[in-house]
Amino acid sequence: MAQKELLKVTNLKQYFPIKGGFLGRTVNHVKAVDDVTFEIFEGETLSVVGESGCGKSTTGRAILRLDEPTAGEIEFDGGDLLALSKSDMRKKRKDLQVIFQDPYASLNPRQTVAQILTEAMAIQNVIPKKERRKRAIELLETVGLNAGQIDRYPHEFSGGQRQRVGIARALSVNPKLIICDEAVSALDVSVQAQVLNLLKNLQREFKLTFLFIAHDLGVVRHISDRIIVMYLGKIVEIADKKSLFDNPQHPYTKSLLSAIPTPDPEAKKERIILKGDVPSPIDPPTGCRFHTRCPFATDLCKTEVPDLRNLDHMKEGHRAACHHIEKIVTGDMQPT
Amino acid sequence: MRAEQVNNVMTQKTDHPFTRSLKDFYSKLRKNKSALVGGYLIIILVLIALIGPYLTSQTPEAVDYGVKLQGPSAEHWFGTDHHGRDIFTRVIHGLGITMGIGISATILGGIVGIFLGLISGYYGGKLDAIIMRMMDILLAFPGILLALALISILGANLRNVIFAVAIFAIPTFARIVRGSTLATKKLEYIDAMKALGASDTRIIFKHILPNILSPIIVQASLFIATAVLSASGLSFLGMGAQPPSPELGALLSDGRDFMWDAGHIALFPGLVIMLIVLAFNIFGDGLRDALDPKMKK
Repeated sequence: MAQKELLKVTNLKQYFPIKGGFLGRTVNHVKAVDDVTFEIFEGETLSVVGESGCGKSTTGRAILRLDEPTAGEIEFDGGDLLALSKSDMRKKRKDLQVIFQDPYASLNPRQTVAQILTEAMAIQNVIPKKERRKRAIELLETVGLNAGQIDRYPHEFSGGQRQRVGIARALSVNPKLIICDEAVSALDVSVQAQVLNLLKNLQREFKLTFLFIAHDLGVVRHISDRIIVMYLGKIVEIADKKSLFDNPQHPYTKSLLSAIPTPDPEAKKERIILKGDVPSPIDPPTGCRFHTRCPFATDLCKTEVPDLRNLDHMKEGHRAACHHIEKIVTGDMQPT
Repeated sequence: MRAEQVNNVMTQKTDHPFTRSLKDFYSKLRKNKSALVGGYLIIILVLIALIGPYLTSQTPEAVDYGVKLQGPSAEHWFGTDHHGRDIFTRVIHGLGITMGIGISATILGGIVGIFLGLISGYYGGKLDAIIMRMMDILLAFPGILLALALISILGANLRNVIFAVAIFAIPTFARIVRGSTLATKKLEYIDAMKALGASDTRIIFKHILPNILSPIIVQASLFIATAVLSASGLSFLGMGAQPPSPELGALLSDGRDFMWDAGHIALFPGLVIMLIVLAFNIFGDGLRDALDPKMKK
């Protein structure tokens, strides 16, 4: 199936300067995202998973240009996003929307739902002024809220309802790509499922593409077509959902998957527990960034940065960044 | 059916969002007794200042040497001064002048300070550094000294008092607004507005400013008290309102020479100044408690 690339991110880097000293000079950098390359096809859901601080949200923010990326290219719908001027970018933002994690911080507490939605439409001037309120009511019904709730303030809603308002706001400008930045992480499990199903339905109805940022593998399994696993600012593995869950290649991915709880208490499961903490992104380890915690690490891992590779036993499009995929898969290498 | 529903909702009358937030504000304020007392006191003082001058039987400048330096009596409630002018009348007229100076200086300085604070906090970087260092310089001067210096350059009159007091209102507002702006601009709804393509002006004035109004209102209320003190202090020193203006500080200054023989001349204007400052201070403190959830015990 030949799919059209909607978004292509090439060698994206996002370094945040650390200011220090008397004159506020740049002392060092936090390498939040370091050389990340991937693409999203039209109509799919691509998930980015990883633990806190691995750069998944930063990647999303960089694509939206909420933070200007340090280096790299972002191609959206055939055009270079980073080359756009500030005012052209403002117009382009119609096509890229975002749903945030915290439903309590993502809505202006001084605006009613009607004001929030009509303002979004006013900024991008998507429909004439007279029809905006009617459209706002339609949007509310689309996301499963009541038309009668339109003149309420955010604090009059529950967390799940607020998240629905956030989704309605993102939809109000008819975007092509929606970045869901931990969109369901703050909600309790039953509400999570409702919102995830809503997102899936909306995707089908409006032909949306999602970049889904999450840390919950259960959620990711439910919604994704393809998955990216990030560790300390780099992609360690990228694959379609089935390959990643059934045939993980990178030791980090394996340890992540082994952490998913199983409902059967009798089931014996190999649990890979990583040693130590995530190293600081200010001064990340040389070579493979995972080598400080990897049970298979060798001297090669300490010096050379592994590339993302596809090998014969992996499905097309499945790539992992490890020097020792072959030896691990044949069992020649055992964890130490 | 469904279209009907939509129409119903669209024509349904609910309170305007603004009235609702006002009601909300009042219900919060009502729980705080001292704020309420301060608030009512301010309302009473403002009403007296506005209506009072039309109700007094005498004019503040009417000189009558036959009754000079008399103590309080049924005819002259607060007594008379060394020119035989009725102090009650003069205080009523002076109340408006003094509060007028305090409030207009706070509004003037507040607007400039809020604007600088918003820009400084929102854009950050070099602009922030330059603006805030300028504010630090202004803050380094004791307020009254700065005002004295300004007035001696510009000349002593009421307009310049307002101007001088407004100047030292600027840094206090700028600091508070900058801090609140920094905290507010990190919230996700600001990012959401950026992601929608909102302009900086829209974000600053429509999304940040309305959300940092609470500390601004509190600061304004507290600063009016300071401004009233400074303005009457300047007049007391002869740098503000000029005689025969009944400004409260000037009245106080009139009474200075007769402290031992006719204390009432200085006493009543002094009490009224105290009342104004007290009203705005307890109102401001109460507001802070009512509006800031973190301060609640």
